[in-house]
Amino acid sequence: MALHVEQVTKKFGDFTAVDNLSMSIEEGGMHGFLGANGAGKTTTFRMILGLLDPTHGTVRWKGKPITYSNSPEIGYLPEERGLYPKMKVEEQLVYLAQLRKMSKADAKRETAAWLERFEVPHYGQKKVEELSKGNQQKIQLIASLLHKPSLLILDEPFSGLDPVNVEMLKRAILDFQKQGATIVFSSHRMDHVEELCDDMSILDRGKVVAGGSIKKVKRSFGKLKVRLNMDADLSGLSKISGVENFTKTKDGALFQIADEDVAQVLLANAMNLGTLRHFAVEEPSLEEIFIAKVGKNHA
Amino acid sequence: MHSFWIIFKQAFLTKARTKSFIITTLVVVASFFLLANIPNIIAAFEGDEAEENVLHVLDETAGLVPELQTQFDLMDSGIEVVPTYLTEEELQESISEGTIDDYLVLTQNGQLGARYISESANEMGSGIEIETAVQALHTALTAESLGLDDSQVGQLFMPVEFERQAISESSKSQEELSQARGLVYVLIMLIYVAVIYYPNMIAMEVATEKSSRVMEILISSVSPVKHMFAKILGIGTLGILQMMIFGLGGYFAIQTAGTDLTEGFFSVMGFSEVKISLFLFAILFFLLDYFLYAVLAALLGSLVSRTEDVQQLMLPMMILIIIGSLIAFSGISIPEAGYVTVSSFIPFFAPLVMFLRVGMLDLPLWEPLLSIGIMLVTIGILGWFGARVYRGGVLMYGSSQSLKDIRKAIRLGNNK
Repeated sequence: MALHVEQVTKKFGDFTAVDNLSMSIEEGGMHGFLGANGAGKTTTFRMILGLLDPTHGTVRWKGKPITYSNSPEIGYLPEERGLYPKMKVEEQLVYLAQLRKMSKADAKRETAAWLERFEVPHYGQKKVEELSKGNQQKIQLIASLLHKPSLLILDEPFSGLDPVNVEMLKRAILDFQKQGATIVFSSHRMDHVEELCDDMSILDRGKVVAGGSIKKVKRSFGKLKVRLNMDADLSGLSKISGVENFTKTKDGALFQIADEDVAQVLLANAMNLGTLRHFAVEEPSLEEIFIAKVGKNHA
Repeated sequence: MHSFWIIFKQAFLTKARTKSFIITTLVVVASFFLLANIPNIIAAFEGDEAEENVLHVLDETAGLVPELQTQFDLMDSGIEVVPTYLTEEELQESISEGTIDDYLVLTQNGQLGARYISESANEMGSGIEIETAVQALHTALTAESLGLDDSQVGQLFMPVEFERQAISESSKSQEELSQARGLVYVLIMLIYVAVIYYPNMIAMEVATEKSSRVMEILISSVSPVKHMFAKILGIGTLGILQMMIFGLGGYFAIQTAGTDLTEGFFSVMGFSEVKISLFLFAILFFLLDYFLYAVLAALLGSLVSRTEDVQQLMLPMMILIIIGSLIAFSGISIPEAGYVTVSSFIPFFAPLVMFLRVGMLDLPLWEPLLSIGIMLVTIGILGWFGARVYRGGVLMYGSSQSLKDIRKAIRLGNNK
């Protein structure tokens, strides 16, 4: 385990922003952080970065706390975009990388390579405030990983981007992971987490309400669904034991079932009713899990 | 240390390269050249009006005009005497028409007399010169009639020795004082402007970094305290550089103007007897004043979330600076006043006021040293305190814009 967050609690006065949070990420892993606004994601990140000290608990990166001595190993993309609006892109990327102990020459070379990769090589001499939001976001991402950190923390990296740019940034992040970096990122977008991560945590008001590998979370959540598309009346099937919920759809029906065995029973019974056009066992999406875990508190 | 210099360099270079900085510097230096050359410029304009130096004389004596000319020449006044044969009415008409400025009626009814007529009282200045010349002419004539020779005349008009001496030990001689006054005034003005200008720059910088959220990246790379002091030092160096450019600009301006430092305008400013120690004190007190307020400005800048709120929060600090300057400026005429002495040991006023006292009085060395010591301690305490506020302040966002947030910031910084 490369990044260890152990029973971390952060209190601001009487307010508990993060409550007994634990998580571990293997070296080279990608961990998704889900949570509504104010769930404690940014506070957790700030504690990982060492900007805030936890009230209780410890954060360890490769066995050591994160301080300014190992800050060059860390890359950070804050939720709110953080760049000098009036400074030229290349100049500030080089400056920020130098602060993370990268040499000027290396920083310049890498900046050029990254701008090239993001198809904006001519932006080096532009001021940040002249760029569109999407392009600023690209620069922001470059700023977080230019110095080749081994731990990359991305707070909402894809917010406010068009789908083309989201794809471009996703690929860049995945490539960066392949080079060996450990990545933690937060998002409102469950599909991004589902697509990129192996592990995740769902945060609700400072507490982890679900965490671990995505597969396991989905398993333990249960709530498998069977989608049947056929014209016959399917309402009779809802009486089969193990069917927890039954919803009529345009093309047939959706059943929530207790476990995979029930799906087989459903299929057998459905085939007796008529012609089956479509049968599928569906895992719950993260979105459903999220709404189930967090949504009810917000409703 | 590596990152300290990178921040230092960045704070210095990005500011030094801004258009506003370059333009401000150039404009000030240019205005120095303009100021230094004012006498030349005035002369250039006046050169066209040769009439200025011509004095029309209506001679009612037995031809004393050439001798009057001799007196003017002896005085090196450059006035040319031209006898006129017009009547007084005609001359007065010429004055009101503007063809001549003035004229002199020279009479001799047993004794030499003269009447000087000019359009307005403004010409009175040259009237004094003319009176002196006529007086000299009279003396020469009288001496001649008494049969005195030149050396006897010389003895008669030998000026007496008149010396002013002040009893108070710390007070400088009258001559030194008036000379010091101008220079001290200029230097206090410079320090005052610089101490408003540069700390403001720091507060704006910090607030910009915070509002643009680049601060979070910065302080996750380097410690906020290092960041703060590197920035203060960077902009301080910029300030010294700019002051040096001003100083050199002023020096060359005076050089090229071709005026002697001991003449006219500059003798009033006291540049004739420049004491290096005064400049050293000026630099020292500027630095102390700067660091004191720079730390305060960084602290205040770290509290706001939007650059628009900076000025509001800076107001109390500005008031401190202004009070200090008011005491210092009022002290120029009464440097020994009690309130001046007291405030020269109060840290927030001390740099300006103690500099004034050092400049205007002959103080025992321990006084400025004590004041410097007090300031160093204050800067130390403020630096420690500022660093604590800064650490929390830079992480604080929201509609915070009051001094109460200092407590919140310290709490956040302490949690760290």
